[in-house]
Amino acid sequence: MAVQVQTHSSLIAAQQALGQGGTYLAGGTLVMRGVNAGEVQGVIVRATDPELRRIASTSEGVRIGAGSTMADILASRDLDFLHPVARAIGGPQVRAMATVGGNLFAPHPYGDFTVALIALGARAVLVQGGPRPVEELMRVRARPPLVAAIDVMRPRDMRAFGWLKVSRIKPKGVSVLSIAALLVREGGRVRGARIAFGAMGAHPLRSAGAERALEGQALDATSIARAAQAACLGLEPPTDALASSWYRREVAGVHLRRLLEQMA
Amino acid sequence: MTFKPISFTLNGSSKAAFATEGQNLLDFLRRAVGDLSPKYGCGQGTCGACTVMIDNVPQLACLVLAESVEGRAVNTAAGLANGPRLDPLQEAFMERFAAQCGYCTAGMLVAARALLDANPRPSREEVIEGISGNLCRCTGYEPIIDAILDVAEGRVQA
Amino acid sequence: MIRGNMVEFRKDIFADERDDNLNEIGKPTRRQDITGHVTGRSPFFDDHLFEGLLHLRCVRSPHHAARIRRIDTSAAQRMPGVMRILTGQDVPVNLNTLLSLLDFGIDDEPILSTERVRYKGEPVAAIIAETEAQARDAVAAVRVEWEVLPHVLDVEEAIKPGAPTVLDIYPGNKFVYHGKYDHQKLRLGDVEAAFREADHVIEGRYQMSPIEQAPIETCGAIAAPEQNGRYVCYTSTQALFFSLGTASKVLATPSSRLHFIGGTVGGGFGGKVDSIHEPLAILGTMLTGRPVKYAWDREEEMQVGAPRGAERWYLKDAVMNDGRILGRKFTGYFDSGAYTRLSSYAIIKGVGHLPGPYTIPNVHADVYCVYTNRTPATAMRGFGITGADFAIEAHMDKVADTIGMNPVELRILNAYRDGDMKAHRRLAKNCALIECCQVVAEKAGVKLSPEMQAASSRVGGGGARAHLPAFTATDEHGRVSGYKATNYARKGAKPPDLPGAPPMAQHVSHQASASAPPAPQHSPATPVPPGPPAPKRAGPIRFSSLSGFRRR
Repeated sequence: MAVQVQTHSSLIAAQQALGQGGTYLAGGTLVMRGVNAGEVQGVIVRATDPELRRIASTSEGVRIGAGSTMADILASRDLDFLHPVARAIGGPQVRAMATVGGNLFAPHPYGDFTVALIALGARAVLVQGGPRPVEELMRVRARPPLVAAIDVMRPRDMRAFGWLKVSRIKPKGVSVLSIAALLVREGGRVRGARIAFGAMGAHPLRSAGAERALEGQALDATSIARAAQAACLGLEPPTDALASSWYRREVAGVHLRRLLEQMA
Repeated sequence: MTFKPISFTLNGSSKAAFATEGQNLLDFLRRAVGDLSPKYGCGQGTCGACTVMIDNVPQLACLVLAESVEGRAVNTAAGLANGPRLDPLQEAFMERFAAQCGYCTAGMLVAARALLDANPRPSREEVIEGISGNLCRCTGYEPIIDAILDVAEGRVQA
Repeated sequence: MIRGNMVEFRKDIFADERDDNLNEIGKPTRRQDITGHVTGRSPFFDDHLFEGLLHLRCVRSPHHAARIRRIDTSAAQRMPGVMRILTGQDVPVNLNTLLSLLDFGIDDEPILSTERVRYKGEPVAAIIAETEAQARDAVAAVRVEWEVLPHVLDVEEAIKPGAPTVLDIYPGNKFVYHGKYDHQKLRLGDVEAAFREADHVIEGRYQMSPIEQAPIETCGAIAAPEQNGRYVCYTSTQALFFSLGTASKVLATPSSRLHFIGGTVGGGFGGKVDSIHEPLAILGTMLTGRPVKYAWDREEEMQVGAPRGAERWYLKDAVMNDGRILGRKFTGYFDSGAYTRLSSYAIIKGVGHLPGPYTIPNVHADVYCVYTNRTPATAMRGFGITGADFAIEAHMDKVADTIGMNPVELRILNAYRDGDMKAHRRLAKNCALIECCQVVAEKAGVKLSPEMQAASSRVGGGGARAHLPAFTATDEHGRVSGYKATNYARKGAKPPDLPGAPPMAQHVSHQASASAPPAPQHSPATPVPPGPPAPKRAGPIRFSSLSGFRRR
């Protein structure tokens, strides 16, 4: 079986084409790799819809076209809170190619941008159907819907959002793990804690243990220690060439503690 | 096998050639167009040896679908020199012994050119970040970083 | 880093031994090939375009060890673009002749395996197709019936009784040295006596993982028909004439019909000496009449490209309170992987390096070349030495720590000095470790005692330190029988996968070596004067560390 490429000018047309089966090509950093290795075969669908790369402020926050690249994020002043996240992904070439939409469905150990989106409570605007929290999309990764855009709210207090990526190669390398945290404080106490991990499971996910440990607490040495201890509750991190499951479990709490101490 | 005609600009000259279905830009440039300066190192977006500029943005040719450059401007290391006049980066790489086997050099130079076009006076850290998508197994990177800084800080003129 | 203004010359050291009137050393220079590199015009093997180029890819074993029951290529044969499928039967001499060409051992590795596979990724068939994608698809369509066999991945597991045998010619999974021992021996003095005498006996275990050379250019070759029945081959090889010799032997074709072009190598680091690609690319072009390219993709480079082999070392030192090392005992295991490639040689080199650059009067080493079901190991930058050095220097630090001594001073105290007798019965000369240690200490801000500061490689050596010990303990541990001393490790058994050996195999050279003079046996028990043993006969005789003297 060989590859056939279809190019559509609108996302609706692309969605219809995908209905008959096929692979959607966004920035190419994952799909073209599969094509080169002969692993991606059959119909490949791409869209040239200009909406895909639009980044616009809305009453709800910022709407990021799913085809926006990491370099586009870095060029947007409205998205300055996501700059440290985008900068942590790949080298300059990958950042110029890799898209926000593609990152949602990137296999382990990729998907660091999605970690931040989950912590920020971002919602995906689908080509068909209503908006859905990014977190929920993680459960339908086997058969992902076509995403048009991401709506993300700017944190009211920039200090409420924290981001950390741990890699074995500097300055560029894939994740041993990544952590994003949104800790909004009311009267000095954390309300609605959101802590997400990358590379600590099959896909980006939240750490219920760490969130519970911080909820309603002041961000201090005691609560941070408890959150670090509970970081891996219920998580089964994968073993790969970068780190073993055991190692990831051992260091996840340490890195979470460091991030929380910075945010305290 | 189906072929798709592609018209684009390569290093300032108009080109037209046929790409096969699913062919990546690296293979297309090398086999169909004949520009051999971008190199295959991994086909996975890891090594940066195939770095080219598309509309002045550095990208990995092995991960770009060839047909997506229709109507766009592609620049490669083969186009860095202006006739017999080398780019200052090429001069600096020669002077600084910034290449040994030479296989990563073309991609490294394109990444360095893209960096300096966007940021003519980068710091050492920014240079390191700017070439972080390009692997070199011979030099240990230091001579490459020095060469780019030589150009940025005006120590090498074309 | 390379620029002259950044290199510091210590002219105070060995000033009388050095000519300062140098033309190149210490001065900035340009590579002669640098213009091609910066303009993207240097001609690497894949930078030669051929109309009608075909692409070759291999069908590889998914198992660490398996018997090949059947290879069914019928479905692949019908795939679009497939021009030809090769199996072991198509290869004129289905053996990688790396070892016999270098006289390092018996050829043991098929080009395309026909009966058994011994490591994950071992090739059993090759598809030649119009495009690389078509070759990939056809590779996936080849059906191989495997009978999975038990495998062993650890060197010490591999030499235990009952471990699965990797290569039938080495039933104990150990290469046989000099036809006599299942390991390479080094003996000087009596380490057991040294352990009894010592204030401290300090032991350590050191492990180094395999390391992939990972050149940015993956290994490969393109072959094409030339005029007058010749074939041209553009290759990434690091060893052009060696690859030419290998291709000539494997293809049973005179080298005068093979035109090899290389020299522009996209990084090698030792990983491009095995001549894996040239024979199959040329065979493909012989059988199809069209240009054929065989190159690894990155995944193959990492999975089946031969790395620096893993090493495991056990060290045991006899140490006095003042830091003098009286004795050092080594047990080393080199992981050769599934075939010998260059590991037999690496160990000869490694044992020649023991006990490190230190004058130790009692040395004992048993070093094994062990076969496991891992990717075969080959050359990489100082192979044979690097792992042993890692173990030795890590152990020196452990010794220093145990006896509470400055680790730099421990090294200066025990360093070779000019005129000292080495474990190999040669006198040390041009020693410089002491001076290096002194400069390192100065740069690192490590304070040395006045005595260590004043030490010199030229002072204090020789004399009693030039003498061989009166007694050297020898043993017959690891003695094997049935192997002919001048004949590597063979018991007259045929190499694997070579039923009815074709006429051009390695046997010719083995017969030749059988009539060569036997290797002089220097019993370690008998002190011999320094200096190389001179062969009695003048003429075309060369020395091999493995098989002794032999006529060319």
